Formats: sequence, structure tokens, C-alpha cells
Amino acid sequence: MRNRARIRIDRIACDGRGFCAEFLPELITLDDWGFPIISAGVIPENLLALAHDVVEVCPKAALWLEAVSSDGDGRDR
Amino acid sequence: MIGTLDLVLSSCSPTRQGPAHPCRLLANDGAGGAGLSEHLSRHGPNPLSRGRPSWREETIREVERSGLLGHGGAAFPTATKLQAVNSKLHRAVVIANGTEGEPASEKDRTLLARAPHLVLDGASIAAEVVRASEIVVVVHRDVRTVVDAAIGERRRAGVDRVPFRAVTAADRFVGGEASAVVNWVDRALPVPLGKSPRMSERGLGGQPTLVQNVETLAHLALIARHGATWYRRLGTSEEPGSILVTLLGALEQPGVREVEIGIPVADVLARAGGPTAPLRAILVGGYFGSWLPVFPTLSLPFSARGLGVGLGAGLVVALPADVCGVAQTARLARYLASESAGQCGPCAFGLPAIAGEMEKLADGRSMGIENLKRWLVEIEGRGACGHPDGAARLISSALRVFSAEVAQHLGGWCTAEIERTLLPIPRGALR
Repeated sequence: MRNRARIRIDRIACDGRGFCAEFLPELITLDDWGFPIISAGVIPENLLALAHDVVEVCPKAALWLEAVSSDGDGRDR
Repeated sequence: MIGTLDLVLSSCSPTRQGPAHPCRLLANDGAGGAGLSEHLSRHGPNPLSRGRPSWREETIREVERSGLLGHGGAAFPTATKLQAVNSKLHRAVVIANGTEGEPASEKDRTLLARAPHLVLDGASIAAEVVRASEIVVVVHRDVRTVVDAAIGERRRAGVDRVPFRAVTAADRFVGGEASAVVNWVDRALPVPLGKSPRMSERGLGGQPTLVQNVETLAHLALIARHGATWYRRLGTSEEPGSILVTLLGALEQPGVREVEIGIPVADVLARAGGPTAPLRAILVGGYFGSWLPVFPTLSLPFSARGLGVGLGAGLVVALPADVCGVAQTARLARYLASESAGQCGPCAFGLPAIAGEMEKLADGRSMGIENLKRWLVEIEGRGACGHPDGAARLISSALRVFSAEVAQHLGGWCTAEIERTLLPIPRGALR
């Protein structure tokens, strides 16, 4: 299948600026300290473009998209 | 595979309780000395490659067949790790990890003090398997002298092809995590690195790196001598062999023992003379481990499968009925929070908040544990290393096993004596 990806995060780089959750609340929420909780698994097709934007907008460059193979289960968050 | 099996078994002494206990790793009861000549007469020479081209594949296959799992905490298959080290472009490095950052654990130190050459044999074998150019032995400061002496003896005797170097471990809880060990040896920073790149590709000094716990390496040295079938004579089919455990708490003779995986938990406690008081719960694995209710745990097999929780670094704590498990866990929660490397937000902020809620609960000042429970779920999987997950696992297990006490504490009272501290925490760790 084409365009199967998930959002990955470098937890050490992340500073909790929160831009990502503002751009993509469907997949990213913030915990009580402002650090992102990213929904595991494949990004729905209709949110892929937005997910690309979120990767670009992160001021710490802490996010990236990772291709998921057809049997990928998105077990890492 | 040479026939030194009888030698290994005959040097074992029965316990005071009667039945002979396995003493593969701790065959040296302290009386025999830990020198190279004593080691060689006890175990025979280390079976290294000696230029045989098929040796590498044969050794990996034997380790795979043995089912050896890592004894540092994660129980990862050793053969898979040996296979994964990519030494095609650069020479690899082997790190023998004796950091033992778990404050209550003493098994790695005990092993290094009593059988340093068994560990170094295993490291030497692993180094030849992954084609390493160096072996770094990272050890607790208590045993640095013993290890230095052992390395010197081996150098003079010329028994190894790959040279050894000893480094004193960082005195931190997270310092034993594999990437933190690499970071410590490389840059004197005992904090974990991110998850990529894999250390098997690029680790210490950019070289492919194999990090293996010292007990795992000692088992490896025996498997290389006696074979997988011998190794599998003890233990269960999924978790073969023996394991070093540190027994602690309300027990007659606390300390380090070697036990067969899969014997009933009650028999594990019996190796330390058995309980000195009625027990309330048992902590298995370490400060990253899980509390288990005393019933039915005592009659269950001491294995990850039997207990449903990992054996971790082999810590087993018997909690007496008159000590409050909530208060004990609150103290550990604060310690684990203070040991966060502070690199990842969910861990750096989440663990202190969780510890605060646990302390309020322990003191009878809690207004409810909804936030606590939510945070424990939320921080899981959100660190660069497993530190937040391990802390969450311990505290969640306490809320489960001590649910009656939790309810009491929420009502502002506690029937247990809460002052006694059972679980050691390094001095100065809680400021």
C-alpha cells in the first residue's frame, strides 16, 4: 500500500513547544506538562499532508515520518 | 565441548537447607580464590576460535540453541545480539556491562568478585564472534581492583586475542542502560542516547558495539565449554538455565544466590533461609520490576512466563506484612524520579509529579489517584529509554497489589508500620 506512514519523535530533542498538537490535534495531544502524546499507528490518508507540515513546523526538528510496511503495527510511539 | 561437566558440578556444595543448588557461575564459593590458575583448573581452558573458520557460526548456533537470554534486565536473546553486530565496515567493540545501577542488586558485583575470569572468558568469546578489536569491561567501583588484577593476569598469560580495558561504572540508576554505558565510556555522560542509530551499527566511538551484561557473558563462557544441551538441563524450555538473584527483605540470609529458573518462588526464598515473618508481597525484577501478591506467587514458577512479569536484573524482595507497600513504593518513586536523566519531558516532569502523588498517598494526604493513574499510562513509551516505563510498571503494580492499603490511605490511615525502609537507596540520591 502507498503512503503508509507514522509519526516518530525524538524525545530528547522535543522541548514541548506544542506546535505539533496545534497543527494536528487529531493525532497529537499534549500531556499535563505540554509534551506531545502521539497516536500510534498509521496516519490516515486525509491527514498525511498535515502530518508533513507538522514535521516541518517543529522548531526542534524532533518529528519525522516513518514509512510503515504493510505488516507494520506502529508499536513504537 | 569438553567433558569438564563433572568438575563443574562436583565443586558445588549443598545448601544448609539440604538440596544441592546450582552453582555454575558461583562454583567458587570464595574459598578457592579467583585467580586465573584456579579458574582454569575449575573450568578448563576457554574455547576460543583458534583460527577455525566455522567456529563463529557454530558458536552463534550453539548460543541460539541454548536459548540464553540477557541477564541485565531486558532478557533479550543473546544469539540475536551476537548476530546483529555489523562488523563489515568497522571493527566492533564488546562492552561487558557490570554497571549494576540497580541499588539493591549485588549479583553482578558478586559474580565479578568470585569469578571474574568466567565473565572475561565470555567477553573474549563474544569479541571473537563479533570480530571486535577491543573489550571494555564496565564495572562497579567495588570490584574494579579484582577486575584489573584479572585482566593483568590474562595479559601476562596471553590467553586472549582481543585486548581488555576496564572502566569504572557511573553510579547512576539509568547508567546501566546499554546506550548510557556507551555514552559513559565515550563521553563520561551516564545518560541514554536516543534509539537510533542502532548500537550494533554505530555505538562506542562510532564502532559497531555489543553491550552484554556480565552474567550473560559468564553463561556464554559455560555454554561454549559444555554446549547448549548442558545449559538447558536447568530451567524451563522458554527460559533455560540458571539465574543469579539478589534476595532481600524479610529473609533469614539475604544475599546473592544462583537458582534454576522455574522452581517455585517459595524455593527461591528458601535459598535465603526462607521468610523471617509473614509476607505481604514480593517484588520481582528490581526497582523497575513488579510487586506480586504473596499468594499465589509463592507457589508459582520463578520465570517470566510463570509470573507474568520479567525477572529483570534478578532482584527478589520479600515484603513483610507489617511494612507498608505504599510507603515503600512512594520512596522508590521519588528515587526513580530523581534518577531521570532529565532529557525527555514526559520522564523529567511526569516522574516527579507521579512521585508527589505517591507521597501524598503514602502520607494520607491524597485527594484521589485519578491523575496518578492517568499519568502512569500516559508516560509509557514516551522516553528515549525505558526509564519512565520501568517506573510506571513498578508503581502501577503497587496500586494493583496494595489496592486495599491504597483505599486505607485514601481514607487517611494505614495499618502497617510505615517507618521501616526495606529497599536501599544510594546515599544522597534523595535530596
